[in-house]
Amino acid sequence: MTTVVDLEHVSPVAERRHVGPPPPPDVLLDVRGLKTYFHVMDGTVPAVDGVDFQLKRGETLGLVGESGCGKSVTSLTIMRLVDIPPGEIVSGEIWFDGREILSLPMSEMRQIRGSDMSMIFQEPMTSLNPVFTVGNQIAEAVKAHRQVSARGAWDRAVEMLEAVGIPSPERRANQYPHELSGGMRQRVMIAMALSCDPKLIIADEPTTALDVTIQAQILELIKAMQERTGAALLLITHDLAVVAETVQRMAVMYAGKIVETGTAEEVLINPKHPYTQGLITSIPSNVPRGQRLNVIKGTVPNPFRMPKGCRFEPRCPLAFDTCREFDPPLRITDPDREAACWLHYPISERPVSRNGDGSGPVAKVRVDKR
Amino acid sequence: MTEIQTATAPETTPVELLQAETLVSAKGLVKYFPIMGGILRHKVGDVKAVDGVSFDIQKGEIFGLVGESGCGKTTLGRTVLYLQRPTAGSVEVGGKDLSKLKSTELRHMRRRMQLIFQDPYGSLNPRMPVSDIIGEGLLAQGMKSSAARMKKVEDTLEAVGLRRDYTRRYPHEFSGGQRQRIGIARALALDPEFIVCDEAVSALDVSIQSQILNLLLDLRREFDLTYLFIAHNLSVIEYVSDRIGVMYLGKMAEVATADQLFKGPRHPYSVALLSAIPDPDPRVRKKRLVLRGDVPSPANPPSGCRFHTRCWLREKLGNPEQCATVDPPLRDMGGGQMSACHFAEQVSDQAAQEAASRQSVVETAVAAAD
Repeated sequence: MTTVVDLEHVSPVAERRHVGPPPPPDVLLDVRGLKTYFHVMDGTVPAVDGVDFQLKRGETLGLVGESGCGKSVTSLTIMRLVDIPPGEIVSGEIWFDGREILSLPMSEMRQIRGSDMSMIFQEPMTSLNPVFTVGNQIAEAVKAHRQVSARGAWDRAVEMLEAVGIPSPERRANQYPHELSGGMRQRVMIAMALSCDPKLIIADEPTTALDVTIQAQILELIKAMQERTGAALLLITHDLAVVAETVQRMAVMYAGKIVETGTAEEVLINPKHPYTQGLITSIPSNVPRGQRLNVIKGTVPNPFRMPKGCRFEPRCPLAFDTCREFDPPLRITDPDREAACWLHYPISERPVSRNGDGSGPVAKVRVDKR
Repeated sequence: MTEIQTATAPETTPVELLQAETLVSAKGLVKYFPIMGGILRHKVGDVKAVDGVSFDIQKGEIFGLVGESGCGKTTLGRTVLYLQRPTAGSVEVGGKDLSKLKSTELRHMRRRMQLIFQDPYGSLNPRMPVSDIIGEGLLAQGMKSSAARMKKVEDTLEAVGLRRDYTRRYPHEFSGGQRQRIGIARALALDPEFIVCDEAVSALDVSIQSQILNLLLDLRREFDLTYLFIAHNLSVIEYVSDRIGVMYLGKMAEVATADQLFKGPRHPYSVALLSAIPDPDPRVRKKRLVLRGDVPSPANPPSGCRFHTRCWLREKLGNPEQCATVDPPLRDMGGGQMSACHFAEQVSDQAAQEAASRQSVVETAVAAAD
């Protein structure tokens, strides 16, 4: 029982979509109400379940969360690299550079991917093809998107290798991935991602597989290249320290939703959501030796049985009756700050739960870190 | 399935009290792995994983071992436990030289020294119920009565914060954090004195990592344990360790108390390693000292000081000949802080800052050519 679908011409999502107005021109990426679900044997996993965020041109944003929170699926959906099926983009809009890209046919998406929007993956060994030289692989990306001769593409590859600090780039371009060290391979990935002057770079855990001294090299390189090219950067990571050093703004994800946004400095110094607070105080470097680490009790919810109310409620030390029944939407708490927590709603705006008066405690959220 | 949090007041173990008795003493440990090659599969070289390491661990102490991948820290941990016989050198545990023990005596000794693994998925047999996973060691150590074994298994489960009735369950029924608790219970069941934690929290998310770190510290207090704590994450090492050994390419670069190392490192590699850790506090904006290149191959380590090819201090001092020819021994720099650097007196914060301000952040892909 197979149905043949011509992916080039039919976009099942596009037909039933009501697309809103485009964002202002200074907004490069606008993700609205994005839901990406996976239908698997045991049921449906709401990996991304209503995510909204914006990224302005030239801006850097960190998407932070623990494993399984949906940060990588969000980035793959933006690139439209999610396998459908088992995946399904249930709803939402993604505006990139003035166009709604979820409605685009795949052929047009391919033109955007790798050129205007490019990705740096976590594992440089598995993302590079072992049977082609690195110069070849970069040149291939250039040829796919630019009207250039083979010679021109090769020259561009060498130029990019030089730009990311690889010495004797002409010789290195002729080498295969296995001849390079881990740090060098990640530089090749960055060279490839930047080869077509992207407007947006998505870096998915770019330094997680690297040692700390190499991680320092690569983070400094990504920062320098981002500043030099003026591209926007969406950095996906589990490491709050990497975010603190690399990006201007950050969004914290938990169980498929964004729970807090703001400038990296504001969020890390004065977290508003209890999850972010718990995360920051469980990092060993924030706690003096001999003092106990803060613990977020329990584990992330089972994706097949998400809590009915706030998804963090079962683990939240501050939860009250409203949290058990109603899921809090993101609310602007301060200029350029949002948090999805009933504590940050005035009592009058909290929905009344059947079992209580909804009053609960009032926000008390300053965490003194040191 | 909630985990029981052991709620005890924070308490520090004063280091002075611990210096009574040496529990583990390694002297000149060497472990080479042969490289086979050629048509006849003869030995063509050695991977010098551990190349002359000596250190003592006091009873009740947590000795942290830190270094980048390939520096030999895992091999050192296994050699200390005599899971691999050292190529040269000796290990004494509780005053007994392990190389002089007969195999039955060594087996009795093993009861006193246990290992906790990194990967909570790969290290538990999926076909064994928890009772067998934890009880296997007890049986091997001669506890024949199954009722006694079951009692011990249940007691141990309780000690690590799991429920007593989990004995019939299989590993797949548990989350990553719970599995790591089972791995800890397996080590703990034999009432050991000395436990090697090999990257015991590296595979875990931050919020779970803090649960496990708290548990390990509680267990040390409760059962009077001594740990060799191996990790690549410096903030974890700083948080748990009383003393720390910094390894580079099979050798100890520096041995110091946590305070000494983090306040005033005396080896250029330690300085660079500390400088490379991203800080989760966005208010801290330091100019980072980035090491050039990757760790050289342990099969063909550099001559003299193994760090000289990447050393910023050597560069600053005008590349003295000594570094490339003479292997520096560990020297006492005062207060028990040992550094293996010819110019350890020149290592200072100011020197590091000067080196950092002169370097380019992009051109760090390879070590400086000699």
